[in-house]
Amino acid sequence: MCSVCGCGAGETRIEGAGARHAHVHTHADGTTHAHAHDHDHDHDEHEQHDHHQHHDHDHHHGDGVIDYGNGPAHVPGLSKARTVAIEQEILSKNNAAAGENRAYFNARGILALNLVSSPGSGKTTLLVKTIECLAAEAAIAVVEGDQQTSNDAARIRATGVPAIQVNTGKGCHLDADMVAHAVAHLRPGDDSVLFIENVGNLVCPAAFDLGEAHKVVILSVTEGEDKPLKYPDMFHAADLMIIAKIDLLPHVDFNVAETIANARKVNPRIRVLQLSARTGEGLDAWVQWIKAAHTMARTGRVAPTPVGGARGA
Amino acid sequence: MHEMAISESILSILEDEGRRQRYSRVRKVRLEIGALSSIEPQALRFTFDAVTRGTLAEDAVLEIIEMEAQAWCLPCAQSVAIRQRFDACPLCGGHQLQVTAGEEMRIKDLEVD
Repeated sequence: MCSVCGCGAGETRIEGAGARHAHVHTHADGTTHAHAHDHDHDHDEHEQHDHHQHHDHDHHHGDGVIDYGNGPAHVPGLSKARTVAIEQEILSKNNAAAGENRAYFNARGILALNLVSSPGSGKTTLLVKTIECLAAEAAIAVVEGDQQTSNDAARIRATGVPAIQVNTGKGCHLDADMVAHAVAHLRPGDDSVLFIENVGNLVCPAAFDLGEAHKVVILSVTEGEDKPLKYPDMFHAADLMIIAKIDLLPHVDFNVAETIANARKVNPRIRVLQLSARTGEGLDAWVQWIKAAHTMARTGRVAPTPVGGARGA
Repeated sequence: MHEMAISESILSILEDEGRRQRYSRVRKVRLEIGALSSIEPQALRFTFDAVTRGTLAEDAVLEIIEMEAQAWCLPCAQSVAIRQRFDACPLCGGHQLQVTAGEEMRIKDLEVD
C-alpha cells in the first residue's frame, strides 16, 4: 500500500440503489488493485495468478496458454538473460478502457463530465444545484466516487436522478474500468448528461482518463490561490475551472485574479467560471456551459451501433 | 501518489508480456518517466517492490530514465526546456507554452530470463 496516501486496493465496490440495484458488487476490478493488496498482505500468489489469467482471457480472448516450459532451457551455468523491448505506455490498459467508454458515450450522444477537486470544495452541493437547474431539459445520471460511504449517491438520488456510488476502498481515484462497470449498471439514456464525481483529490485523478468529454476542476475560495501551481497536473488536464463558494469572498482573503493567472500559467486554454451554489450566483453561466458541451456531444454523435464500451451488467 | 496503481499497471504489463514473449523472470525494468509525469520515483520504487513480491518480477531492478520536459513557445516560435508546467519561457518570460515532451510514462524494455 502506498505509504503516502494509503492508496492501494482491492476494496472497490460499486453500489446501486433501489430494488433493481440492491445487490452490492465486489469487484476484483482493477484486477490489479486486488492483486497488489493480496500480495502485500496475504501472499496468496496462486489464487491471484489465476485471477490474472482469467482477466486476460476476458480481454484478450486468451492468446495464452501459460507454458514456461517452452522458454530457454534451464541449463546450469548457461545464462538465459535477454533483453525484450516493451515500448508500452504504463497506463495503456486504463487508456484503452477510457477509449471504449468514450466511444460508448460518443455513439449515444452522452455528455460525460469528470468533476475533480479537493475534498470539501462543494462538488456534491454544486451537483445537486446543477441537477435542479438542468433536470427539466436533459436526462441526467451520476457516478459518485468516494473511498467509503454512499452518502453522496444518496444526496443525488434525493433529487430524483439515478446515481451509483463507487467506493474505491483504499484507492485514491476512479479509473476507466470502474466507470465502465458503473455505467453498465446505470445505463444512462441516449443524449443524457453523465456527471462523474471523482474522489476528492487533486493529484491522482489527473493521470486517469475515464473517457469523459471534459475534466472540470472545482476550487473553492476557502482554498489557496496557489493551488493551480501546487497541483499543476490537474489544472493542466482540466478544460474548465470553477471557482466555487464566491458568496464567501467578503469573508476570506482570496484573490480571484491571482488564482486565474496561476491556472493560466499551467494551462493557457483553461476556461473559468465563478459561482455560488448557495446563492445561485453564476449558476446560469455554468448551466449554459454544460448545454453547449451537451450540444457538441449530441451533434458529434455517430451512428447508434452496439459498442462494447461499458460492459454488460 | 497514485504510484500504487502505476506499479500495478506495470506488473500487469510484465505478466502479459511474459506470456507473449515467453519469459518467467524479470531482472530489470527500464522506464522512461517524464519530468512532468506526476510520478514520484521514490514512491514508485517503494510500491513496485511491494506489488511485485511473490511475482515474476520479485526483486527486479527498476531503472528510471528521467526524460526532460520541453515546450513550444508560441511567441518565440521555438522549442524551449522547462522543468515544471508553470515555468515561464526562459527566452521571453511568457506562459504561452505547449508542452511537447516530458509527459512520458513508458516501459521501455526489460531484462528477463
